[in-house]
This record gives sequence, structure tokens and C-alpha cells, in this order.
Amino acid sequence: MANDPIGMTLSVLNRIAGSEAAERLGLRKPIERFAYQATRTGFAAAGAAARQFKAVQKLLQPERLPRPESVPDLFDLTETEQQQMFRETLRSFADEVMRPAAHEADIACAAPEALLASFTELGITQFAVPEALGGAATEQSPVTNVLIAEDLARGDMGLAVAALAPIGVANALVRWGSADQQAKYLPAFAGTNPPLAAIAINEPRALFDPGAMACRASAKGDGFVLNGVKSLVPLGQSADFFLVAAELDTKGPQVFFVRPDLPGVTVTPEPAMGLRAASTCSLHFADTPLQAEDLLGERVGACDFEEMIDLSRILWCALALGTGQAVLDYVIPYCNDRIAFGEPITHRQSVAFMIANLAIELDGMRLLTYRAASRAEQGLPFHREAYLARVFCAEKAMEIGTNGVQLLGGHGFVKEHPVERWYRDLRVIGLAEGGVMA
Amino acid sequence: MINLELPKKLEALRGMAHQVANEVFRPIARKYDLAEHAVPVELEMLAAVMDGMDQGGGAAAGAGAGAGAAQAKETSEGGVRNGANMATVAGITELCWGDVGLLLSMPRQGLGNAAIAAVATPEQRERFKGCWAAMAITEPGAGSDSAAIRTTATRDGDDYVLNGEKIYVTAGGRCDTVVVWATLDPNQGRAAIKSFVVPKDTPGIEVVRLDHKLGIRASDTATIMLTDCRVPKENLLGTPEIEPDKGFAGVMQTFDNTRPMVAGMAVGVAQAALDRTREILEQVGVKMDYKRPLFSVSAAQAELYRMEADLEAARLLTLRAAWMADNRKPNSKEASISKAKAGRVANAITLRCVELCAAVGYTETELLEKWSRDSKILDIFEGTQQIQQLIIARRLLGKGSDQLR
Repeated sequence: MANDPIGMTLSVLNRIAGSEAAERLGLRKPIERFAYQATRTGFAAAGAAARQFKAVQKLLQPERLPRPESVPDLFDLTETEQQQMFRETLRSFADEVMRPAAHEADIACAAPEALLASFTELGITQFAVPEALGGAATEQSPVTNVLIAEDLARGDMGLAVAALAPIGVANALVRWGSADQQAKYLPAFAGTNPPLAAIAINEPRALFDPGAMACRASAKGDGFVLNGVKSLVPLGQSADFFLVAAELDTKGPQVFFVRPDLPGVTVTPEPAMGLRAASTCSLHFADTPLQAEDLLGERVGACDFEEMIDLSRILWCALALGTGQAVLDYVIPYCNDRIAFGEPITHRQSVAFMIANLAIELDGMRLLTYRAASRAEQGLPFHREAYLARVFCAEKAMEIGTNGVQLLGGHGFVKEHPVERWYRDLRVIGLAEGGVMA
Repeated sequence: MINLELPKKLEALRGMAHQVANEVFRPIARKYDLAEHAVPVELEMLAAVMDGMDQGGGAAAGAGAGAGAAQAKETSEGGVRNGANMATVAGITELCWGDVGLLLSMPRQGLGNAAIAAVATPEQRERFKGCWAAMAITEPGAGSDSAAIRTTATRDGDDYVLNGEKIYVTAGGRCDTVVVWATLDPNQGRAAIKSFVVPKDTPGIEVVRLDHKLGIRASDTATIMLTDCRVPKENLLGTPEIEPDKGFAGVMQTFDNTRPMVAGMAVGVAQAALDRTREILEQVGVKMDYKRPLFSVSAAQAELYRMEADLEAARLLTLRAAWMADNRKPNSKEASISKAKAGRVANAITLRCVELCAAVGYTETELLEKWSRDSKILDIFEGTQQIQQLIIARRLLGKGSDQLR
């Protein structure tokens, strides 16, 4: 098998294309289309800085995705056929493409362009865009989004965030974008060269509370003026545009489209202890002028900001599940093989119980996250569930991260093993806001 | 399709159980905590009502403490079932929001009933119908290590003769029947351990003591002596042969069903403490609105969120274990995970609630101090926290009990 990401991706794609599930789910066509276009255009580097977006069609009203048609009145943990197929694909992608690239990407503070292009090949982004706008989505799917994030983060959290940040923007556009905004941006997300974009909410301040942001927009003429700083924004230096949250005068938090080439915008790399492959940056706005149509939804209050925060936190929980699972899957064989005092260290309860507890809390994290996502999907109130999932995952994710290193002892502290990277990545779960969204 | 909400049918059942908890258990909870060993006569009426429900709904599901909950009609769609296990767990959780000790004292709902329902032949099931069966496993020298059981069962003609001492028999004083674990041959280890149904009027079985306990004082805990106690060979549950490979496993399988139920008990009592603590803290201005980040609210409020998150995790883990049992998925690891998580968080939550409510929580004017005493047993019986962790770790690591001891 080829050793570079593209070769591996093609091998993964090939397997999916040959699977019966692809036939049943009608996914062969999209896969073939991608394969064709990839060959035609080559794996071109995505997005030059000043990429322009133009509506090629006119929407009379926004395309909102409906809720799933019928939800059986049953407690059930069975994935749908489509979800199972996604997972199978993404697990291969995570194992064969992401994991081998993670170490270098962490050092380089960037996701390899080829890897992101390979991710596009998988067609996942298509499922964020409604059919009417050239995508493949027929209904809202926060649960599927969670499963996707979980599987990608099992490969690598930083790379997963780089891959998922644009999908989060597409999700926000589908949920809250105006008809014109959807027509302008969404078809591009369904294409072979989707835009790079990210949601910017976090700010560089201790005890940051998204309910009390310092970043401010003021109405001026027909448009707005933006001032403030955003922190830990994924894809900062390569993004075509951002969705930036700011307090609008006295009207509460609103979300704005902001292009990096606008006056007064400074993008500065902001490497952190983890998530380095996501190329986190800070954004500074100094009297940045925005047009009326730059307001997400083109109406004050069109974007339900609390819901945006909740859907974002749910996705961070999902990322924690994936990386937590990576830790568990790594420490089991390692500790079974590690001999001390004449027998495997897993024959000692002090070691075995740490691993048992890791599994116990990871399963708890998973169910809390799935529940919040499934309530969101069904249109049930999910704020409380998202809040509790965040509280739980923030604490337990870091516990898993630190015990992952501990279980390897000194070997966990050096970069020959990935547990020290997972430790650094898992620290973010307690403080992440925005960046990605389910 | 992934959905973690209870089906509407179970919501109705849960509502009913909640009413029983609120109207029957709560009002007498303190009375029987203070009057340890007094028989809660009010439960006879309740049990009669529930027996009536049982008649309408078919066989008991081996709930042990199901209290009618298991009799909900099964809900299924597309091959997925929400059946007796989930109904029982949902019912137990609500009833234990009322009182754990009283639930354990429900006539004809003993753990022995669960064992009989799980492994009895149709003939045995008919013969022991309507009995109130306690479960006698633990001995003075064998707690978690049930393979170390020394009570013997010796074949003599058409009978078995039982000899030994059993402790910590829940409802052992009030029941009319005891399911006794005994060994056919102490030298053959686990495989030789069998369970025997012993009616209390059999000569040679005697309740010698009732324990005084930290919590669940409404439930009686007995020491039982077996002295040349003779039962017909037809009272042995399961196969009489000593099968080294599966003998003990069969006995242990009951735990895969009963551990999620104990987890449900833990969720119930913790929910009771958390609900009451919220009310009490609201009176002093601490309100949960889920608005601000954990570090921007008062320490008391943050603690409430942490406890609620832990409790929800325990609840969902418990429902998962029951869902797996209903859908015939092997759930030994998940049953232990639910019990481990629920047992420890219930104990931690009930204790923290007392602390948060200060003197109000500590005195007998509230039930909070009682719940914090009741919860301790839930991290001990049906397998201690440490036993659950051993089971989980062995499964994860692929280790046998000879390697990870």
C-alpha cells in the first residue's frame, strides 16, 4: 500500500466503493464523482487567500434541514446503516491516514494540505449541505456529526479540528444563514474544493464566558464596525473567511462573516500546548468595517447563539471521546506487554483499575454526549444536556489524558509514544468554545 | 437509531412508580429507619396491589426488587426491544427515590425470587410460585470471594443435607424461603457451588440474628444457621452435576441482570438527595440555570452541576446495561460498569448533599442524612466497587482471575 496520505485515501475509498453498503445507500455515484474530479483537478492546494464567493443560483427562502422523519419511541444505541458506513470509512481514514500524519503535523503546526484534500475526497462535507444546494444532506444529523468527530479524533484531534472546522461553518449556514448567504457559500462547501472556514468565539481572557464577550460590533450606517480579539481559531492563516461572534451594541451576541483581507483584520499564529495541527490563530479586529449582509441570517437574533455554543460544545465532547478511546486502545496492549517484577503490569490492581476507570468514565462521556446530540437532532430542548456533557467531559477527558501518560510512565513522557500529544490535546476540552460545531 | 430517551410507555410506568415512592415510601421512610427491625406492615397492602398487576402482565422478570415494574408490556420496533430489564431498572430507580430499604422489604420481591425466575425449571417455578425468597450467599469467611463458600450440601438418598452459616441475608427474617448457595465438594472450587431452595419451615434452618446497620434499616439483614437441614433433591436450582467449565458461570450470570438494578437503586437515592438539596439551596439563593461556565458560578452551584453530570452518566450507563440485556447482547462488562459508576457516585453525591446543606442536612429533620447512610451499601452488595473494577479490567485486558487477582 502506498505510504503517502493520498495513496492511503484512495485505498480506503476503493474499499468503500466496493462495499455492498455503498450500493445500498446510493453512495457509489458521489464517490465516483469525487474520484473523477480529483483526477481531473489534481490534489490542488485549497483556497488562495482572497477567494471570492458568488451565488450561482437564487434561493427564495433559506434551505433548512428537517428533523429525522420518524424517531422510534425506543431507547436505542444502534447506529443507522449510513452511520455504520461512515464510521467504517472514517476509522480506516483515522488509522491509516491521520494517525501516521499526526506527529509531523503537531510539530509543523499545520495539517498537510494533501490530508485535508483526502478528507474532502471522502465526501463527508457533502452531507452537511442540503440537496437543493448541491450537497447530499436530507435531514439534520447532529448524532452523525458527533460520530464523525469521534472517529476522526481517534486518529488525531488537531487534524480532526482542521477537517471539521469548515463543516461547522456549513452547519451554521444551514441552520441560521439567510437564503442569499446560503446560495453564496453552501454550494462551494459541497464541491471538490470546499472553502476553509471556522467559527471564532473564544477570547484570550481568564474565565472566558461566551455569554459575556469583549469583542464588540457597533451598528454604523447600513453595516457594522468590529473591534476585539478572538483566540484559538482553527485554520487561522489559511481560512477564506470566519464566522465571528461579537456583542452587537445592546442587542446581545451576533455572528458575522469576516474575511481576513478586510481592513483592520490581523491574523496571528497562536500555537498552543495542543491542537497544533489545527493551526490555531488569533484574530484582531481594529475598526473592521462589515456590510449589512455580513450578519449571519441578515437579521439581529437570527442566529440562536446559545444553540451555537451548545452544538459546538457537543462536538468538542465528541472529539474528547475519540481521543479518549485512542488512549484506552493504546494503553491496553502497552500495559499488557510491559513486564515489571516478572509479570505484566496489568496483573497489578493499581494498574488494572486505572484502566477500568478510564473505560467507565469514557463510556459515561459517550452516553452523555450522544444524548445531548440525539435531543438536538429530534428538536427536543438540549441545553441542559449539552451543559452537563461539557461539565463531565471537561473533567474526565483530562483525567484520561493524564492517566494515559501515567500508565506508560517515563515512556509516556517522551514523543516516541502519542500519549503525550493526547494529553496536550485533551486539555482543551475544558476551555474550548467555537471552532467547530455539530 | 440512536435515541437515549425512555419510551413513552416506560415514562408512564415511571410516573406510577414515582407516585408509590412519594405517597407510600416517603411518608414512612423515617419511621422504619428509627424503628429498625419493625415490619413495615404498609408494604403488605402495596405488595397485594402489585401482585394484582403481576397477574395481568405475565411472569415476573427476575427483578428481585422489581415491584411490578417489570410487568410493563414490551416495546419493540425494527428488532430493537425495550423490555423487562429496562422497565425494571426504570421502576426501581423511581422507587428508590422514595426509599431503598423499603424497596428491599417488598414482600415476594426478594433476590431469591430473581434467582428462581432466572434458572428454575417450569416444575420448580410452579412449586415456588408466590413465595418470598431471600438470597443467602455471604458467609463469615466468604464475602466477595464467593468461591470460598464453606456451607456444604451432602447428598443423602433423595435429599441434600445442608450445613453452614450464612450472613447478610437481605429480608432473611421476613421471607418464607431462602435460596442458599452451598458447595457439593469444598475441594472442587467454584464449579461445585449450587443453589438450593429452602423453605423457612424446614427443620434445621434458623434465623439466629438480625443485624443493626448503618443504613437501609427498614430492610432486615439476617444471620441464618443451617444444621443438618434436609431438602428434597428437586430443590436444587440448575444442574446437579459438577461441571468445571460452566457451573459457577451459570450462578454468576444472575448478576448480569441484577447489577444494573442495584445501579438503578443508586441512581434513585442519589436523585432524591440531589432534588432535595436543590430545593434547600434555592432557599439560600443558589439556583441552577445552566447559564454560566462552571468557574463563573458559586462553588456550591458548580458542585450541583458536577453531581448532576455524574448522576446522568450513571443513569445512562444503567439504562445501557438494561438495554443490552433486553436485546440479548452480552453485557457482563457493561453491567459492572453501571454498578461501579452508579455505586460510587450515589455514595459521593448523597454525602456531598449532607455537607452542602450543613446542619439541615446532618440532622434527622431531613432525610438527607439517612440517604447518605443508605447509599453506602449500594457500593458494596451485588459486588463491591473493587469487584466490579476487577471484572471490568479482566474483560478489557483479556485476563483471567488467575492472572489479574
